[in-house]
Amino acid sequence: MSDKDPAPLKPNRPKLALHVPEPPFRPGDKPDFSRIDVPAAGAAQRPDVAASATETHPLTTSLVRVLDEDNRAVGPWDPKLDAETLRKMLRDMVTVRAFDDRMYRSQRQGKTSFYMKCTGEEAIAVSAQTALDRDDMHFPTYRQQGLLVARGYPLVDMMNQIYSNKGDKLQGRQLPIMYSDKAYGFFSISGNLGTQFPQAVGWAMAAAIKGDSRIAMGWIGDGATAEGDFHSALTFAAVYNAPVILATVNNQWAISSFSGIAGAERATFAQRAVGYGIAGLRVDGNDALAVYAAVRWASERARTNQGPTLIEFFTYRAEGHSTSDDPSGYRPTDEAKAWPLGDPIERLKAHLVTTGEWDDERHDELIKEADANVRAAQKESEKLGILPQQGKDNIGSMFEDVYAEVPWHIAEQREQALDESR
Amino acid sequence: MPVMNMIQSLNDAHKVLMRRDEDIVVFGEDIGFFGGVFRVTEGLQKEFGKQRAFDAPISENGIVATAVGMAAYGLKPLIEIQFADYIYPGYDQIVSEVAKMRYRTAGEWTMPMVIRTPYGGGIFGGQTHSQSPESLFTHIAGLKVVVPSTPYDAKGLLIAAVEDPDPVIFFEPKRIYNGPFDGHHDRPVTPWAKHPASEVPEGHYTVPLGKAAVVREGSELTVLAYGTMVHVALAAVNEQGIDAEVIDLRTLVPLDIEAIEKSVEKTGRCLIAQEAPRTSGFAAELSALVQERCFYHLEAPVERVTGWDTPYPHSYEWAYFPGPKRMKRALEKVMAD
Repeated sequence: MSDKDPAPLKPNRPKLALHVPEPPFRPGDKPDFSRIDVPAAGAAQRPDVAASATETHPLTTSLVRVLDEDNRAVGPWDPKLDAETLRKMLRDMVTVRAFDDRMYRSQRQGKTSFYMKCTGEEAIAVSAQTALDRDDMHFPTYRQQGLLVARGYPLVDMMNQIYSNKGDKLQGRQLPIMYSDKAYGFFSISGNLGTQFPQAVGWAMAAAIKGDSRIAMGWIGDGATAEGDFHSALTFAAVYNAPVILATVNNQWAISSFSGIAGAERATFAQRAVGYGIAGLRVDGNDALAVYAAVRWASERARTNQGPTLIEFFTYRAEGHSTSDDPSGYRPTDEAKAWPLGDPIERLKAHLVTTGEWDDERHDELIKEADANVRAAQKESEKLGILPQQGKDNIGSMFEDVYAEVPWHIAEQREQALDESR
Repeated sequence: MPVMNMIQSLNDAHKVLMRRDEDIVVFGEDIGFFGGVFRVTEGLQKEFGKQRAFDAPISENGIVATAVGMAAYGLKPLIEIQFADYIYPGYDQIVSEVAKMRYRTAGEWTMPMVIRTPYGGGIFGGQTHSQSPESLFTHIAGLKVVVPSTPYDAKGLLIAAVEDPDPVIFFEPKRIYNGPFDGHHDRPVTPWAKHPASEVPEGHYTVPLGKAAVVREGSELTVLAYGTMVHVALAAVNEQGIDAEVIDLRTLVPLDIEAIEKSVEKTGRCLIAQEAPRTSGFAAELSALVQERCFYHLEAPVERVTGWDTPYPHSYEWAYFPGPKRMKRALEKVMAD
């Protein structure tokens, strides 16, 4: 059959039609999220850590929430954290936001090529890290800077990487924000999305082979769940009962494609767990306490050989995908404000204020302090250089680490590059 | 000394390695209880247990990706992709992750792993069990690419590959697993036992990566080959009565350029044989290198013998394979001027 001459329609059959998902709102529309079902905080059941995976499956279509309308922690998922821990989480989240704002500006000032904020998603990485042990291993994607901040990673080292400057331990080889640090349990971020998800499973399998007690946590966005890597990760995790937490951060947007393009119209991302027979949880990602509780639950499960858990963190990407993206071209500018699950920092702050552990003055002071810390780190980092000044010295270094030893053909190319640079 | 075919010597290499280093884990499709479709991993699960030799789901992407995670943990994965034709679902992980990890982390994370995979035609495997995709890997910075052609080399190279700090793609010429092949498919198969390189020492030894072997000394022509084509080329020059020097490259990356230059400078002629399709094959790289580095020693244009630029057609297998007729024609051409 040629393209020009389609076979005549069989008159008794309906004409086939392709469905291309379309987000509910485009620029100019008034966003209305009333379609999103937001269950009451405390309503979700909390199965025992040793429960069968099946018992968790009703939780893949609901939403684990702890902070209620009155900013109180309620229900069986309340992790009952002490105020000091909560204040530390708040401080880390505020630091992440201050860091993002400074580095975004830095990119706009031409000091680096690229930056990615995680505005609106700060609770996810910070709380997840707080719930894990210091020596557990993360295979992050690109919006988990909160993991590093929560582990006390020096901000100046993050900035050195962003500027590719003389302090950059990755020697200017990686795009800004593609951090990597073994000592902090933070695996090298890849720009090829999804690759890290089954790698996390492999690390967890290795820990199990060696009878270790450390677990792994893999991270992926809603968009990249469409990659085959996602399926591989869940298959291997299920087959080998790997001690891994597989986190899908559903922030509704993959650059300009809404989550429906990754299949969200049909089922939740947490529901993917059902088909693989592993535990699944769907969690309010803007509720720092719910995030903590879910990760804690999954980590206890993994650590006691009860297997992997897929967690969907339901959230909203409040800013553009990156400094190279302008979301006003594809979604209403006020969507983030209309998002029914609020702002994670404001919600945790309100909880601490409600319980008498915090107040507006201290919060304003915290914001100032975080900003001052970030500025001080920035000043220190910029002493080591910014991107436009890089790429001229030590050209020979770009030929190292391709292999453990430089082979003859790369050595010859290095000579040529050094000659060009003279 | 024990006499082995290539399957037995590769199997022996696994055992030698796994006995010496508890961090080596082996997995792949059907490699566990069953011992692999070509039997290379036979008995490993029995000796080393299910934690160190186990079956993987039919997911080359997952096999390579989990090996990356294991290498990041500190293990040394020695994995099997059942046929080189199946490697493509794992290609993103190999190209974007395995190959680049040392570089992108400035040496903090390395990928000391070996990906073994049988390649090449001659067993009536059709399009999806016959390919020679080595040039898709020689093109990727950060990977080493090895192709043995005898039982002795297969064991020594596999041990060297596993002990190497960099990731190695280890292509096994499946047509010569059980015996060398002179390209005459209509003649009876010769077993390895009649070949001197079937004598395989017990225990640990290595054949260094990056070192070619001169398998036939000669003065009139240099033939560059690897894998199955080493044997096809040897038979062809002997049949044509040409005093050719035949070099078995053994490692494609890093290439033993000194051995190539030395030989071509001596003979002044060069023929390159590969089973893979012609366009952008590794023979093209070799041809360019010889032309760039030995031009003033050449007495004739560099000649290539390759598979055709078509998929590997099942029933036309022997019309596709670069056998004795194609070799003869190329030899006549390169020796003519």
